[in-house]
Amino acid sequence: MSAVPGWCFVAAMAALPLVLPDLYLLSVLTSAGIFIIGAISLNLLLGYTGQLSLGHAAFFGLGAYASALASLGFDIGIGFGLRLTLPPQPVWIGFLAAIAVAGGFGWLLGRLAFRVRGAYFVIITICFAQVLRMVALNWVELTQGPMALIGLSPFSLWLPGQGVVELYAKNQTYWLVLGVAVLCFLVVRQIVHSRVGRALVALRENETLARSVGIRVTHYLVIATVVSAGIAGAAGSLFAHNVRIVDPDVFLFIYTVTMVIMVITGGKGTLWGPVVGGLIFGLLPDLLRGAAPPEAQWIAYGVAMILLVMFLPRGIVPAIAALMPARRPGRGATASPVSQEAP
Amino acid sequence: MSAPPLLSVEQVAVQIGGLVAIADLSFTVAEGEVVSLIGPNGAGKTTAFNVITGYMRPRDGRVRFRGQDLVGQAPERIAAAGLVRSFQRTSIFGRCTVFENARMALHLRGRTGLLGALLRLPAARREEARLQEEAWAMLDFVGLAARADTPAESLAYGEQRRLGIALAAAAAPQLLLLDEPAAGLNPSETAECMALIRRLRDRGTTILLVEHDMAMVMRISDRIVVLNQGRVIAAGPPAEIREDPDVIRAYLGGAPGWESAHAAA
Amino acid sequence: MDQALQHLVNGTVLGGTYALLGIGLTLIFGVMRVVNFTHGELYAFGAYMVYALVSLLGINFYLSLLLAALLGAALGAAIELLLLRPLRRADIDSVMLVMIGAALVLQNAEMWGWGGVAKLVPSPFAGTPLVVGPISVMPLRIFVLLVACALLLGFWLLLDRTRAGTAMRATFQDAEAAALMGVRVGWVNTATFAIGSGLAAAAGALLGPVFMVSPTMGDLVGLKAFAIVILGGLGNLPGAAIGGFALGYIEEFGGGYVSTEYRDAFGFLLIILVLAIRPQGLVAPRERVG
Repeated sequence: MSAVPGWCFVAAMAALPLVLPDLYLLSVLTSAGIFIIGAISLNLLLGYTGQLSLGHAAFFGLGAYASALASLGFDIGIGFGLRLTLPPQPVWIGFLAAIAVAGGFGWLLGRLAFRVRGAYFVIITICFAQVLRMVALNWVELTQGPMALIGLSPFSLWLPGQGVVELYAKNQTYWLVLGVAVLCFLVVRQIVHSRVGRALVALRENETLARSVGIRVTHYLVIATVVSAGIAGAAGSLFAHNVRIVDPDVFLFIYTVTMVIMVITGGKGTLWGPVVGGLIFGLLPDLLRGAAPPEAQWIAYGVAMILLVMFLPRGIVPAIAALMPARRPGRGATASPVSQEAP
Repeated sequence: MSAPPLLSVEQVAVQIGGLVAIADLSFTVAEGEVVSLIGPNGAGKTTAFNVITGYMRPRDGRVRFRGQDLVGQAPERIAAAGLVRSFQRTSIFGRCTVFENARMALHLRGRTGLLGALLRLPAARREEARLQEEAWAMLDFVGLAARADTPAESLAYGEQRRLGIALAAAAAPQLLLLDEPAAGLNPSETAECMALIRRLRDRGTTILLVEHDMAMVMRISDRIVVLNQGRVIAAGPPAEIREDPDVIRAYLGGAPGWESAHAAA
Repeated sequence: MDQALQHLVNGTVLGGTYALLGIGLTLIFGVMRVVNFTHGELYAFGAYMVYALVSLLGINFYLSLLLAALLGAALGAAIELLLLRPLRRADIDSVMLVMIGAALVLQNAEMWGWGGVAKLVPSPFAGTPLVVGPISVMPLRIFVLLVACALLLGFWLLLDRTRAGTAMRATFQDAEAAALMGVRVGWVNTATFAIGSGLAAAAGALLGPVFMVSPTMGDLVGLKAFAIVILGGLGNLPGAAIGGFALGYIEEFGGGYVSTEYRDAFGFLLIILVLAIRPQGLVAPRERVG
């Protein structure tokens, strides 16, 4: 697996705002990019550990709320007459807080949910997102409930020589999202092509056998969940400061479903799968906008999901890879990709 | 045999769903030995393996490995302590290539964690290179290096069994438990399997074996422990066991004979 | 005390319909090993059918309830034949994804067809509460509870006393053995999914006139149905009935004494707690090794 085509793709995406300064296209690509980051994170769980976690919107939403609350500041009662106060923080602190909070909850969910498998695991993850949505709806003092957190500031970056710059322009946000997406992709790639990644795939393929060769089940599944949740939290933070409003609907099951569709369309357990699937389902709704009501879009998603599972269960990337001539990494070759043996 | 045993199973009793699978099991394995656990179907051999490797909890009794009690520990911890098993059925990572199987099985030979993986520190790179070498060495050892790029599930049956043993032996455990390594193999494959077990022993690995192929058991074992209905009815060197009246009665009087026991689970 | 009695009565009424929902879902899981994500949508479907039959076509209320349940069963049978039968050999995760896709289609079709505005279903019952001592109940709610209990009883009789029920129970226990004994598992699956769906639609048809009918009503209810079957143990029929009433009481008392806002969250919190503290109590250890 050569990295050259990948970097060419990134370079082309980075050059796009210079070649084609279409503001609408950029904003569509920006929000697609945010969901691609979410899909990349979900893929680590869904694709590489094989655990069908359907509460992923929870981490996305936690990231959005953590980031929004850190940058707006808050002052709430926490019982016993005590108050917890945080003055408004710079956005980049909010971004880090989003990763930390989502990762922390990922640890918690991992500890709780991996005691069970199969249908029980799926239901516990769904319930997790549902409970968080209800908290967001009802803890009005902190979250403003259904009235939403509004007036979020846009992203800011510290640039050498210029100090802190707020990213108001569409192309700046686009580059920021692209940068974060590349970083997240690399994080997942590094993990997948390491001893940790092999442990995850071993657990996915045969848990009993994996344990017998000394792979600690809970330890590795929790690691994967924490990393996945942290990345989803980063996506949530980008989402919050991009649309500049956060309401409890970020926890909706439909966001999880969107990311799931992206991952299985592209190919779960492949590095490029979520990118390909994310581009398709990130751009499709906007291309169809005006042509059909939003209900029709969701119906199309549902039908797509059914057809994919039935007729292309491994997704687009493995289907294309199967058409390419097989490579034989000879003896002494470095890093053979564990990733391509996905289901 | 004055040295303390490597493994000692002490008065283990197991119940599965109200049925007594093992009534009272005690035996020891000394360092460097090849010990076989034999007995008719339902004697509790695989159950004993499951208890020793932490997949099942006994109702009673102790399992000591180098003096340390293993009961209640998770399989992965027991593996880390140096005691690894193979399986009758679920023995390979089918959809991964043979080479990747080998690398996964070498998990305990590495230390790289999340941080090392993310940052590709020099230590992690060196470890990756070393693990790669070890994986090739292991495939050479079991004669599967030529099949390295083949998905494990497309190997011939005999090759799959050999890979299964290789996975268990990969991290060089002190004690290797093999659950019916020769089940379903033809005579020449059985001979290969036997040679492999001998080479593992020569490498310094102690081996505990469950096997139905009596010819193989008699030729390969230093000692044999015979189980019947969850109890040890005899233990000793092969020559002794062959003549033991209790053993003969259990095998010839009981339903499954020496030969038909071959295909059993 | 009086307030507690009132909560008890309300919880019982709610619990009856929850039990219907839970039994349908757990039956489907037990027989077919399918986690049915369309369950909540069939509940909403039942409610809309009653609305359509009563308000738009002017059909008798009681007849409409019956028809709505039957239509729900028919829709369930169609889903089974179209989506689940081709996936008989697929793994549980693939089936779950397909069912999520189906739920997405059903919900948005309802939204598209009926619009986002909630509908009111007229019922022939008096709008004034029945007052007995300190307790007051709407007559409609008593009717709902009675019908729910009658359906539960009827379902039990079907399972216990008929040949179809025997085949279903056999498949429930061991699908392979049942097939060997001559049970036509394919049709048992279709019947199971139809009955489970019919029960969900019946629950929706009964509660539609009590609350309002809206396209997203199935969302929360579908999730609550999961809560019910987890409480009772997946695939455990009496457990689902108990779980249904338990959730009814938990919501009613929790909403009354702890927090009205978090009323809907209690069930989910409880599942997470139950699974976190005693997963082995709910999951039968089925691990097979070697």
